[in-house]
Amino acid sequence: MSPAKTKTNTEDYLRMYRQMVRIRTFEDNANQLYLSAKMPGLTHMYSGEEAVAVGICEALRVTDKITSTHRGHGHCVAKGADFKEMFCELLGKEEGYCRGKGGSMHIADQSNGNLGANAIVGGSMGIATGSAFTARLLGRDDVTVCFFGDGATAQGLWYEVMNMAALWKLPVIYACENNGYSEYTKTDEIAAGSIVARAEAFGIESHQVDGQDVLAVNALTQKLVERARKGEGPFFIELMTYRYHGHHVGDINREYYRSKEEEQDWKVNRDPIIRFRSWLVEQGIASEEEIEAMNAEIKEDAAAAVEYALHAKYPGANEVDMHVFTDVEHALA
Amino acid sequence: MREITLSQAVNEALAEEMRRDETVFIIGEDVAEAGTPFKVLSGLVEEFGTDRVVDTPIAEPGFMGLAVGAAMTGTRPVVDLMFGDFIFLVMDQLCNQAAKTHYMSGGKLNVPLVLRTNLGATRRSAAQHSQSLHALVAHIPGLKVALPSSAYEAKGLMKTAIRDNNPVVIFEDKLMYNDKAPVPEEEFLIPFGEANIKREGHDVTLIGTSSMVQVCEKAADILAAEGISAEVIDPRTIVPLDEETLLKSARKTSRVIVVDEGHQSYGITGEIASRINEKAFYHLDAPVLRMGAMDVPVPFSPALEDITVPTPEGVAENARKLMSGEMIHAA
Ligand SMILES: Cc1ncc(C[n+]2csc(CCOP(=O)(O)OP(=O)(O)O)c2C)c(N)n1
Ligand SMILES: [Mg+2]
Repeated sequence: MSPAKTKTNTEDYLRMYRQMVRIRTFEDNANQLYLSAKMPGLTHMYSGEEAVAVGICEALRVTDKITSTHRGHGHCVAKGADFKEMFCELLGKEEGYCRGKGGSMHIADQSNGNLGANAIVGGSMGIATGSAFTARLLGRDDVTVCFFGDGATAQGLWYEVMNMAALWKLPVIYACENNGYSEYTKTDEIAAGSIVARAEAFGIESHQVDGQDVLAVNALTQKLVERARKGEGPFFIELMTYRYHGHHVGDINREYYRSKEEEQDWKVNRDPIIRFRSWLVEQGIASEEEIEAMNAEIKEDAAAAVEYALHAKYPGANEVDMHVFTDVEHALA
Repeated sequence: MREITLSQAVNEALAEEMRRDETVFIIGEDVAEAGTPFKVLSGLVEEFGTDRVVDTPIAEPGFMGLAVGAAMTGTRPVVDLMFGDFIFLVMDQLCNQAAKTHYMSGGKLNVPLVLRTNLGATRRSAAQHSQSLHALVAHIPGLKVALPSSAYEAKGLMKTAIRDNNPVVIFEDKLMYNDKAPVPEEEFLIPFGEANIKREGHDVTLIGTSSMVQVCEKAADILAAEGISAEVIDPRTIVPLDEETLLKSARKTSRVIVVDEGHQSYGITGEIASRINEKAFYHLDAPVLRMGAMDVPVPFSPALEDITVPTPEGVAENARKLMSGEMIHAA
């Protein structure tokens, strides 16, 4: 854990903890929905990477923007989304964030500045950079964080937009969640050289941080966000982390590419929630009982949201040709 | 005859061609040990090694371009594009480079590559993993386009594609990978530009591509029970297109429905329909009907997704309209 902070930040710490547990709990429920065949399609679990999304998003304002990935539930929760609308979206229901049209891989939460998950690996790199361009052009001081995985660093788009962001000093932070794998392949086998050095080649200030340490992630992001607001961006952060589940919920037998021992090591010895929890207790910020109560409350919230979503309405058939264009109510009418 | 899955059929075709010709290699994401997310290529890396079954970084324009260059210089790449939707990422290398090189070089350079990818909705994969984009590439002169409708076609067309000296794009239906069909053990190839008459009939012609062949066959069953005799034809390749077989059937039945899973507007169905209109006009009793996917991005919600694709019931309903003469008055 990073050096202890004064207790004046108690509320911030507790909120960070709460948000991490909310993500884990959300994912446990989503996984259960998949396993019990109640969720259409597949989904990608964020469990294990909570400190990344929370450490970063807790350094942002509601008006700051993020772009997310196919592994996007964590970003969405961390940026302030509600369980109910999220579960409704995962189940394709009308009350979901995207009225059931997007599903897990396309959740967007306009109200909290989440410009959307993306099913195209690297697909949001241009969008995030464009969002930062808007801020500069319109004289807003908001910052955009672009989340993507280590695998996505292979996409050429990233190098094109980093060049522009650096030339024009755009307020964007590229946040690479390096979980060691892209699908069923180890990152070492498909990434040459150093990822950090690639961003540095554009003159972009770059950092590597322990993505399992929420305080370290948060402290670094706070500094970078403040500087980006003042026009000192862009920045790059490589966050070293790990996904606990398979690439997606259906990726169960994965020993051919990743050992059980390796998974256990991360889960037992480096879990971001366990680590932060013991730190909170050690520092006297929360007692075990308070933490257990918080966990239980989050569990109940999630269970209620799942129950709600399971019984919620599907969108009506007449919605199918709505939202194709902004100015045509029914595209096929 | 033994039955194998579409997935096994593709796997066999690749293995046979790789044994036959050592310049054939596979390149794409998670093709080697993982054998692709659909497990279509399982076992190939064990036989052919990582030099010929090449895992790439997630860099579609990069490995597509690399394959074009490799093809121009003496190899036969089979590029694996995990989802058909990613074709948008490789469009420049495929359409500006691969498709035009032979022509622009005055016939001096060849690009013998295969791009194998997929199409098909109703897998609850939402708008960026469910598209059927074959019309986009069929529009570009210089690219051949194959749409296998079963394991048998998947094998025969793949073998032909690999031996073809032009860039060929093959779209497999990702919902059909586990579907079985009779496939001979002995070697066979299916020539491009030869449609397959799946079922003979005399009242109405149903032309279907890819999984829509099954939809047409089911529609034909429904219609047969009502005394309507439907002919079902699978073009198998849309570039080249076996116009003769389609026209012959249109002249015989004088009513035609074209069914394809690409978006209906500006798509395959419109192209085939207008060729029939142009060349069999006097034989038609009704306008040729198009049935494609609804012109909307593919929605995630099952409640919406299922209504965006043609169904046997929908095809049968349109066939009844053609039979009753309703469409003539509508036109
Ligand atoms: C353009 C594109 N290529 C391939 C895929 C298939 N795909 C989905 S996720 C993924 C791996 C991404 O790895 P990484 O960026 O490290 O993110 P992680 O899944 O590890 O969070 C791949 C190859 C895709 N969705 N989009
Ligand atoms: Mg990764």
